[in-house]
Amino acid sequence: MYLLTRECIDTKSIADKLKKPEDGAFVLFEGIVRNNSEGKSVRFLEYDGYESMALKKLEELGDRARRQFEIRDVAIVHRLGHMEIGECSVVIAISSAHRGPAFDACRFIIDTLKEIVPIWKKEFYEDGEVWIEGPK
Amino acid sequence: MSIRVLFFASLADIAGTRETSLDAAGFPDVKSVFEKFTRDFPSFEGYRSSVLFSLNSEFARPGTPVKDGDEIAFFPPVSGG
Repeated sequence: MYLLTRECIDTKSIADKLKKPEDGAFVLFEGIVRNNSEGKSVRFLEYDGYESMALKKLEELGDRARRQFEIRDVAIVHRLGHMEIGECSVVIAISSAHRGPAFDACRFIIDTLKEIVPIWKKEFYEDGEVWIEGPK
Repeated sequence: MSIRVLFFASLADIAGTRETSLDAAGFPDVKSVFEKFTRDFPSFEGYRSSVLFSLNSEFARPGTPVKDGDEIAFFPPVSGG
């Protein structure tokens, strides 16, 4: 399951869809909007994306993870638009027979997503706003 | 026919638009299109070393050839997640 959405991400429904009786492990990563960045207080974020390319890259990432790690299924959902502090910007969910490949695949996907998926974050502070360029 | 050109994040702010189009004649590759917009928007100059290119939703190199009907995008290093 690969999705870009402007709505709140429903993590539980993603988890419920992914888990199957043959799975022995389920790993979930949520990226959440932090109230600070490099010493500055952050009020909220906006995410922009090159949606057609971003979706294609999410699918490629999932395919790569399935080839590299012994996992059964993967879901990657990224939210775009305005997000408040504490809201979830990205969810990566992995189901597999065993925990090792699930943890490894999840780490691979979030790290690579931050390098290659064309989505950008803009941080809004009390005194201005800045596009973040490059992964942190 | 023409080339569709997309800008994202800070480059869209500089260009004042997310999308424009261009007659493909005289633009053999991705770099030549970027140079054209660097002349139009001098602030693009600051992105010369970091800008990423895509052609038809696939990462491209400066020398990647372009043709009528292609979609090119210019954007800064990504920061999703």
